[in-house]
Amino acid sequence: MALRTPEPVQVVKQRRDDALAAIVAAIPYIQFLNVSFERRGDELTAVMAYRDTLIGNPALPALHGGAIAAFLEVAAVIELTWATAWAAIEDGTLTPEAITSGHQFALPKTIDFTVDYLRSGLPRDAYARATINRSGRRYASVHVEAWQDNRDRLFAQGTGHFLMPDAKSAKAD
Amino acid sequence: MTKDNRAIAQSFIDAIPHSHVLGMKIDFVGDGEAHMSMDYDERFIGDPATGVIHGGAVFALLDTCGGAAVISHPDHNGATATIDLRVDYMRPASPGQRIRAVATCYNRTRSVAFVRAVAMDDREDKPVATAAGAFVTGG
Repeated sequence: MALRTPEPVQVVKQRRDDALAAIVAAIPYIQFLNVSFERRGDELTAVMAYRDTLIGNPALPALHGGAIAAFLEVAAVIELTWATAWAAIEDGTLTPEAITSGHQFALPKTIDFTVDYLRSGLPRDAYARATINRSGRRYASVHVEAWQDNRDRLFAQGTGHFLMPDAKSAKAD
Repeated sequence: MTKDNRAIAQSFIDAIPHSHVLGMKIDFVGDGEAHMSMDYDERFIGDPATGVIHGGAVFALLDTCGGAAVISHPDHNGATATIDLRVDYMRPASPGQRIRAVATCYNRTRSVAFVRAVAMDDREDKPVATAAGAFVTGG
């Protein structure tokens, strides 16, 4: 039995980073919010780099609830897209070019999203990680936790339900 | 509501940096109800294949409009903050169309204000999204 030579580490990293960058770059609102993603293997952390335009209460000051909600929803959508596309990215059937062209690629649609504002968002960078609690053929349920200084002191959490891209064409029947 | 009140309310919104960059406008505010709108902008797109704006932008409008409804209640003093907000996305907003939100503070206690809101585009009979949430009241 012949052992396959493992891929060089930089090839693996490049493929994953390019695919992630293509997914993130496809959504203008992610750029508008100044959100980026850090990757460790398949684990993603969303980062919303602080900007004055994210403020909702200038007196405190505190981040806008709408900016926080959008940040959590972006983290959930990207996590779901990333997890769904992972196998195709790894076996090379989904390329960054295909993601950018949008032909073999569609985003999940948000059905509903609920945000708990646990404490006010400070005027500094925010981080979020999403967990897929259920991922079916049609629907997915995703939970997102967001923090700033301390990982175990969340400033917001969110739960959303999403319609998966394949279900869209199934529904049209 | 008089034009003066609307101008004062608009200056409040303009002082909120995030609402200002999203181009939110006050159309009406008073007695626990607020009407706001937001123009279509390509920077707000969430789905590049269709040009539909991101749910987060609609969420931000509903949140701001909900807060404005709470503040506009005659018994309210000072600022407010969102405790929680749930948004149901009924259908994609039509690309190119302005989003309008109407929020009502339908119940108030000494510490909590309950709000319902709806967002629509040019087709007012079919909502784009609805929202329900709780906000902090001053005291």
